[in-house]
Amino acid sequence: MDKMEQMLLWFELHSLQERYVSVLDNDRLEEWPTLFTEDCEYGVIPRENEDMGLPVGVIWCNNQRMLRDRVVSLRHANIFEAHSYRHMTSGLQITPVDADTVEMRSNYVVVQTRANGESQVYQAGRYEDRVVRTPEGWRFQKKRAIFDTSRVQTLLATPI
Amino acid sequence: MSAVHTSEAAAVAADAPAQKLAFFPREDGSRVPYEVFSSQEIYDLEQERIFRGPTWSFLALEAEIPKPGDYKSTFVGDTPVVVTRTEEGELAAWVNRCSHRGAMVCRNARGNASSHSCVYHQWSFDQRGNLLGVPFRRGQKHMTGMPKDFDPKCHSLRQLKVESYRGLVFATFSDEAPALPDYLGAEMRPWVDRIFHKPVEYLGCTRQFSQSNWKLYYENVKDPYHASMLHLFHTTFNIFRVGMHARSLPDATHGLHSIITVTKNEEETSAAYKQQGIRSMDDGFSLEDETVLGHVKEYDELTTNHIQTIFPQLVIQQIHNTLVARQLLPKGPDNFELVFHFFGYTDDTPELRELRLKQANLVGPAGYISMEDTEATELVQRGTRRDPKATSVIEMARDNPGQQDSNITESLIRRFWVGYQQLMGF
Ligand code: FES
Ligand SMILES: [Fe+2]
Repeated sequence: MDKMEQMLLWFELHSLQERYVSVLDNDRLEEWPTLFTEDCEYGVIPRENEDMGLPVGVIWCNNQRMLRDRVVSLRHANIFEAHSYRHMTSGLQITPVDADTVEMRSNYVVVQTRANGESQVYQAGRYEDRVVRTPEGWRFQKKRAIFDTSRVQTLLATPI
Repeated sequence: MSAVHTSEAAAVAADAPAQKLAFFPREDGSRVPYEVFSSQEIYDLEQERIFRGPTWSFLALEAEIPKPGDYKSTFVGDTPVVVTRTEEGELAAWVNRCSHRGAMVCRNARGNASSHSCVYHQWSFDQRGNLLGVPFRRGQKHMTGMPKDFDPKCHSLRQLKVESYRGLVFATFSDEAPALPDYLGAEMRPWVDRIFHKPVEYLGCTRQFSQSNWKLYYENVKDPYHASMLHLFHTTFNIFRVGMHARSLPDATHGLHSIITVTKNEEETSAAYKQQGIRSMDDGFSLEDETVLGHVKEYDELTTNHIQTIFPQLVIQQIHNTLVARQLLPKGPDNFELVFHFFGYTDDTPELRELRLKQANLVGPAGYISMEDTEATELVQRGTRRDPKATSVIEMARDNPGQQDSNITESLIRRFWVGYQQLMGF
């Protein structure tokens, strides 16, 4: 891959990441599943388990339908306090696997603001992603949010 | 009337330490003064009378510490303790407070070690908490060392009594606690046996922190009344639950433990599911992936929910095929932590194991049918803080205290508070 191609790839994947964050942070949850492939895997996993090789997470989906189900459930079934997230990401690392597959890692901090107007660091962690080229552009085939923060404060509704 | 009572209580409190800290206006547990959820004094007394009293607190699954030397840091109430497996394969637990000058000895959440040494002055302890060595005990050159009458045997870490029941590890501070099987009691044991009838494998934990009192969570898991009111997942997705058989069973002696079950009638189930298909087409919402609510039959009864509290810090849960030992840890009067220990059986097929992981989406901090619980307990905490002498009203099915085949009842909560009052001397 020459420098131009590398720059283009970095630009495209960075754009995907920014769009992902923008969708979650601006209450466009219905768009969130569209950034994944149909056979995707999505998980939010405590680092405590990841480090020990244990599988359990707070969310684990193994197809895009489950992501849509979660959005419908959050919109219509679950009860939680109104809140918003602001994701800060950094340290994006890109490792091409083949022409249409790339592994990606980055750090995130999610600041949550609840109804009383107080903002707090809700979760800090890292993303471990696998993205694939599709006719619609790059999509997540796998996204794992592995969080360092040991506890979930109150509850976790909006995906990370 | 109650105002008079209160001011009198305050007037005599200073010179009468035996004065009750909380006043329950009825004997049947149907009125609970809100001060039990916010008072630091009551919280401190709970640590003494409950968590260091004649109870057994859940610490770990044996499957978390399978090998000699394995250990885990945890708590009994808010006392930090370490539970270990010794070289002989036995279980031990000790308070994580150095017998020298009080530093925490073990600083890791989990690990494996043949001995534990305190970083401050390197006193070292064996897996049972016995003092092994004190640096410079005999001094050095002209420097003196420890006094001649210093006896290491007298300076072990504080040791707890530890027992396992079918792979669930419990500990107690008290010599008065009954033997563990007796403590679990005749009503609860068959239900523990049901889940722990074969070896389990630990699958990891999730942790949730709530800004509310630990007993509000106990009320919640003894409260089948809220299930279809607060958790709207099933109704939203038209998941019909007809022909369900309910159980709400308290421990017979003190009422502090309990079990709630919901069981499907297997004959009605298939017809009900067909009905569900019809209804789902009419209404707006249906799950695109219904496997999250699949259910592989594993026990004699097709029980969808098994929620069992073993006082004071365990809730055993089976919801469909998810299996969890929830550890409830008080963190001051206004906070608690929940640690969901997920497990499966060692002989799970890969398909069943995947189903358990998928159904983990139902429970825990982001669970479809559980995330509202801590929301509710926090609402109570915030709503009651300013009114310590006001009480809750716990009346559902009060006229029928013996009824056990109902889910529209608050009888388990009333039984819990009666047991609590006895333990606390209220
Ligand atoms: S406090 Fe532990 S060795 Fe001194
Ligand atoms: Fe609940």
